[in-house]
Amino acid sequence: MEIFKYKKPLSLMSKSKRFGALSIVALILAFGLILTKGFNYGIDFAGGTLIQVQYEGKAPISNVRDVIATDKAYEGATVTFFGSEDEIVIKTKMSSQNLGEDVSDKVHTLLKDTQGFKEVRRVDMVGAKVGSELREQGLMAMVLAIIGILIYVSFRFEWRFAVAAVLALVHDVTIAMGMIVLVGIEVNLDILAALLTILGYSLNDTIIVFDRIREGIRTIKNPDLEGIINESVSRTLSRTTLTSLTTFFVVLTLFLFGGEIIHGFSFTLLVGVIVGTYSSIFVASPILLWLGFSVGGFREKEAAKLKREKEKEKMRAMYENGTL
Amino acid sequence: MVKTLNYRVVLFTFALIFGVVFSIPSLTQSESGKKITLGLDLQGGLHMLLGVKSEVAIESRMKSMAASVKYIFDDEDIIFDELRFDSDKITFELLDTDDVAKATKLLKDELEGTALSENGLKFSLEMTAEEIKRTQLDAISQAVDTIRSRLNEFGLAEPTVAKQGEDKILVEVPGIKTQEDEQRIRELIARAAHLQLMAVDEDRNTRVNTMSVAEAKSYGDVILTDVNTPEKYLLRAIPVLDGSMLTDAKVGFDESNQPVINFTLNGQGAKIFGDFTGQYVGKRMAVVLDNKVYSAPNINERIGGGRVQISGRFELSEAHDLAIALRSGSLLAPVYVMEKRSVGPSLGADSIKSSSIALMLGFILVIIFMFFYYGMAGVIANVALIGNLFLILAIMSLFGATLTLPGMAGIVLTVGMAVDANVIINERIRELLHAGKSVGKSIEDGYNNAFTAIWDANVTTLIAATVLYAYGTGAIKGFALTMSIGIMASMLTAIVGTHGIYQWILPKIDKKKMGFWFGIKKVEGNK
Repeated sequence: MEIFKYKKPLSLMSKSKRFGALSIVALILAFGLILTKGFNYGIDFAGGTLIQVQYEGKAPISNVRDVIATDKAYEGATVTFFGSEDEIVIKTKMSSQNLGEDVSDKVHTLLKDTQGFKEVRRVDMVGAKVGSELREQGLMAMVLAIIGILIYVSFRFEWRFAVAAVLALVHDVTIAMGMIVLVGIEVNLDILAALLTILGYSLNDTIIVFDRIREGIRTIKNPDLEGIINESVSRTLSRTTLTSLTTFFVVLTLFLFGGEIIHGFSFTLLVGVIVGTYSSIFVASPILLWLGFSVGGFREKEAAKLKREKEKEKMRAMYENGTL
Repeated sequence: MVKTLNYRVVLFTFALIFGVVFSIPSLTQSESGKKITLGLDLQGGLHMLLGVKSEVAIESRMKSMAASVKYIFDDEDIIFDELRFDSDKITFELLDTDDVAKATKLLKDELEGTALSENGLKFSLEMTAEEIKRTQLDAISQAVDTIRSRLNEFGLAEPTVAKQGEDKILVEVPGIKTQEDEQRIRELIARAAHLQLMAVDEDRNTRVNTMSVAEAKSYGDVILTDVNTPEKYLLRAIPVLDGSMLTDAKVGFDESNQPVINFTLNGQGAKIFGDFTGQYVGKRMAVVLDNKVYSAPNINERIGGGRVQISGRFELSEAHDLAIALRSGSLLAPVYVMEKRSVGPSLGADSIKSSSIALMLGFILVIIFMFFYYGMAGVIANVALIGNLFLILAIMSLFGATLTLPGMAGIVLTVGMAVDANVIINERIRELLHAGKSVGKSIEDGYNNAFTAIWDANVTTLIAATVLYAYGTGAIKGFALTMSIGIMASMLTAIVGTHGIYQWILPKIDKKKMGFWFGIKKVEGNK
């Protein structure tokens, strides 16, 4: 089977302004959402307690709300169904430092007599101090990952490639964050992991396109960058789409069948796979063009590098032959 | 075929055998062999990050130093008065100028890490900055040791207790079945188990119900209440001795068959206890645990041998836990919860089930897709993918790595990304076949052309995964780990392995059946 049969290069770069405009609009929307609506930080980052309770049959949710309201520790707590109607999640901003009797023990005594109560299945409690530490660490991880990537790509390609790749990454992660805010997904550690995975995944895609461009610069006679990019992107189009499809399949199964707990995680990844694919085709390469990458310059540098290596080898050969 | 058997295919076969053999213990959950441990989120259990209130350790250190000062001076017949302590210093007054030199020397020799300053005959003793730092560090490592030995004595399966960062303690206890058990374990950990034997201030005790805390302090006393009743006691603030001189604690029963705790003091403790009871006949001595008075019996005669009993109308389980806490020693500083995650065993089982279903489905989808799109080339990629899965499991088993829920997600994701290498390679091979190159040449050049792209892409993903591993906590680390192992394993299976298989079966590839072998239509001008 062949879906993408390469015949001639698509003229993608001539349409780059249109895609650029689309991306900028999406970015502005995402930023707007992040700034106005803001992240819905879960307890990992905001601190608080989350309690998941299972019932036999449908949980008596309004009854639970009433019972919980009788205890001061649950002031402002929210009670929602979780995944199915048999399970509920209680969330509160409170957390207790006391090891002996904590918020979850109280829930147990409070809810024990509600209709169909089965068990407390999960309790997550994060103190406010740990929450802010985790947030700092998360941000740090993002920044470090980006710096590491910047350095590696500069080393393997050229700085403009690195900048273009990182801008594409920022583009993807920002849009994914925008979607998280839009859908109102709670931001916990797993979402951070998903964002970092998007970072790695989208980069993966971009690098493969860039690798082809790098190859094109060396082998394609015409030194017109736009042409080289068009041809390289077109030639990798098949691979980009296929890999995205296979990854999309597995993330989709994770989203549909992986259970409620990793719902937010798999949703973020789904968005990331789509945006990452789009950006590696339509965003990363045009940036390279806009950054004023010069094919001639790159070739000269490469040639100089080659020459240096040749000379070194010659010197070594001479040295080994004893002629130096 | 034998002629084309090459090192790549041999290497891949070895990797495959290695993968299958070492993942068997984990897959069958056999008793022997190295296995993957399931994370707390998959098997259920309690994860806690505890903070340590090390300032309390400093304060109790001051208290026990004050007790030492008293003991030293009494022993050497140095007359003193107004011995007081608070959280940062001990103050006392000497009554005889002739004692100053002797007292200074004694304190210097006996109490290390302190600085003595004098103002006339008034003295104040402070801890040096290094000593304070050392006491704090000691308090944390002592808390780690104490909590570990308490959990071990409780008979729990493989609890983890480790220092994390500068001043936090990580506690992980797998396999807790009920909420009640969990609470009992938490109480056992939290118990300060600070045992003190204190003298009742019989001269003033009659006024205890009307006395303020400040007034009590001015006499060098404290007011503590009974553990079961609201009765108050006025006690000398500097204890006769404390739990550090205890050698054993056991549950026993008294005459009325109530559970009690019998404990034994070490030699020094027994001597101090004997001397004290000898002097204090006719008065009362309180057994104080965690600042509650458990009993205050009258001393009828000197008690030698260093055996003491705590009775306090205990439940049997409570007495049992308390004895464990006393044996493991007291916590120098109280601990508090900074983060707690507990997962019930049924939720863990559900998570394993749903993520396994997702993994299998995703896997099957990818395999079917690869077969339909690439024909035999897809099958070769699938063989590599299966090899990759086994390798991930085998490597994790060998290192006894922990598999978490995000870790499962990491494996699912690796399945998607590992075939990427084969997609890139197959696309390159097809390109060359379309360009009219021979099959052998197309395969070799295809691998050469694809290599840099796969390498650079994998290295950058590894960079992201490494950062995630370094900065991630708990379950997230598991995700980074499985993804990293998956990427590295895929380099072996998807690049080396498939390349070897192509070289091996090259003579079998029928140039007329490109659709079957590579999933492409007839190639023009192919030789």
